Amino acid sequence: MDEARISRRGLGPRLWLAGGWLVLALLAAIFAPLVAPQDPLAQDLMLERLPPFWLDGAEPGYWLGTDSLGRDLLSRLIFGGRIAFIVAFAAATSACLLGSALGLIAGYFGGWADRIISRVVDIWMAFPPVLFAILLVAVLGTGLSSVILAIAIIDWTRFCRVIRAEAMSQARMDYVESARIAGYGRIGIMLREVLPNVLPSVVALLSLEMGIAVIVEAILSFVNLSISTDDPTWGSIIAEGRLSIHQAWWVLVFPLITLILTVLSFSQFGEALKARFDPVLR
Amino acid sequence: MLLQRFLVRLLTMLVTLFGVAIVVFVVIRVAPGDPIAMMLPPGASDDDIARLRALYGLDKSIVQQFFIWLGGVLHGNFGTSISLRQDVLGLVFNRLPATLELATFALLMAIAIGVPMAILGARNRGTAVEAGVDIASGATLSIPDFLWGLVLILLFGVLVPVFDISGRVSPQLDLPFVTQFYLVESILRLRFDLTWDLLKHMLMPAVALALPLAAIIAQLLKQSLKEVLDLDYVVLARVKGFSETQVILREALKNAALPTLTLVGVQFTFLIGGTVIVERLFSYEGLGNMAIDAVINRDLPLIQGIVLVFALLFVLINLAVDMMYALLNPRLRHG
Repeated sequence: MDEARISRRGLGPRLWLAGGWLVLALLAAIFAPLVAPQDPLAQDLMLERLPPFWLDGAEPGYWLGTDSLGRDLLSRLIFGGRIAFIVAFAAATSACLLGSALGLIAGYFGGWADRIISRVVDIWMAFPPVLFAILLVAVLGTGLSSVILAIAIIDWTRFCRVIRAEAMSQARMDYVESARIAGYGRIGIMLREVLPNVLPSVVALLSLEMGIAVIVEAILSFVNLSISTDDPTWGSIIAEGRLSIHQAWWVLVFPLITLILTVLSFSQFGEALKARFDPVLR
Repeated sequence: MLLQRFLVRLLTMLVTLFGVAIVVFVVIRVAPGDPIAMMLPPGASDDDIARLRALYGLDKSIVQQFFIWLGGVLHGNFGTSISLRQDVLGLVFNRLPATLELATFALLMAIAIGVPMAILGARNRGTAVEAGVDIASGATLSIPDFLWGLVLILLFGVLVPVFDISGRVSPQLDLPFVTQFYLVESILRLRFDLTWDLLKHMLMPAVALALPLAAIIAQLLKQSLKEVLDLDYVVLARVKGFSETQVILREALKNAALPTLTLVGVQFTFLIGGTVIVERLFSYEGLGNMAIDAVINRDLPLIQGIVLVFALLFVLINLAVDMMYALLNPRLRHG
């Protein structure tokens, strides 16, 4: 594929915009103690429900306003990003490793391995994912590792289904046959020949899954089942915002914008990466 | 051929449901925290605790418990809710209609939004209009129902408060209903004042659920329409003098719809899964909202019942879609 086609599809600016937001949000999260203007946990009832900076009654230093306990919204969003990105990377990577491994085995080896794995995927697909996540976290106990584990346990099927189908079609290709004739073993062919060819799909799915993980974490903290209630998370800020929506709309608006930008960026970034890495499209 | 296909699918479905039952049972039994301890006052004697454990069958081995429970389920006995102290099946059936009405309404909304978008894009293929449809559906698809719900709450609950964003029906209304299918019953009883009130409550959560599915329909149907529009019989219709819109509506649509139909079936189960959090968001009194309460209260029998009902719904939809596909696809019908 020539450069003109890629730029016509708008991959360049999409990749930069999406990547730019993610890098910005990630850096802010990593350097949260340096970047955040206030202590995200500091309550001050004298400062409750301050509006954002452009409205009357705003206080300098509280750019996006405060919540009903007088906590600085911007600082809470920045610190909340830490949980969001940890969950995004850890949960999506775990789901990816588990799902891709099983998908590769099912798709390339077929037979009984495929039958068993596909049956388990069917069973998993019969669960409402959000309810499954809430149930798992309730069972595992709240906490960061439970949230990560729950997302990995639920979402591995997304990788498994796609990788299985890809590995199946790759396994029928001539180059796999050539490798077999050349004397490579089945596992060798799977890892050296099939795996690199399914990687573009894996990368795109991984980026997409990071966005999904951020949402699931937000949903879990929205129903108060994520990590401890002290640490700010995007979902817990949204839950507060939903309650005080008529008194302080900004407590809901800003975390919502943050979440939407993050989710959109992850999915756009994934699409753009897939187009870049895909040998056929390239 | 069709019957054979149906029986195979039915068998697979039963295996899936059995698997779901095992998974739910295992997940719940490894849960730390004793539900019995939560039901009793702090001063309860050991005898009381043992009696209650025996009453709920918690004194037997895990495998025994599973088969006792499964045997009950097969006889329609899902046990008794620990937090609400009522029959689980009764509680589930009481809430299921609310969720079914919401999900069906959302599905209709998704079709009502997605199909015109697809036609618009296919009608104006290669132009800025098609690019607009692509960008709109791409962005809509990337944002999940939970976030759409919050956006709608802000827009139509706060900024322009035209719709209700909480509950299923206004609490001050006197409801004459004998079933839980409020919307259907209000229409049948010609109580359109109640229909309007129900719709005002249902519209926002339904749109939140519908938007991602509408985007998928728009993308997929547009793609199939574009493929069909180059086929000979469509070209013939064009030569006969039909306008492009007529060609799409009269000739292309019915042949392009089949691939979309299969995907919409799978996506409809995702939509139903989404009702869990969307009902919570809008305080809509459906099954999903009750499920979250059940998890928070560690109400094991109720959680089991709800998850099984959801799973049953999912596999039934998949079965129905599969059969519909087989019936509509000439190659399978005559194969």
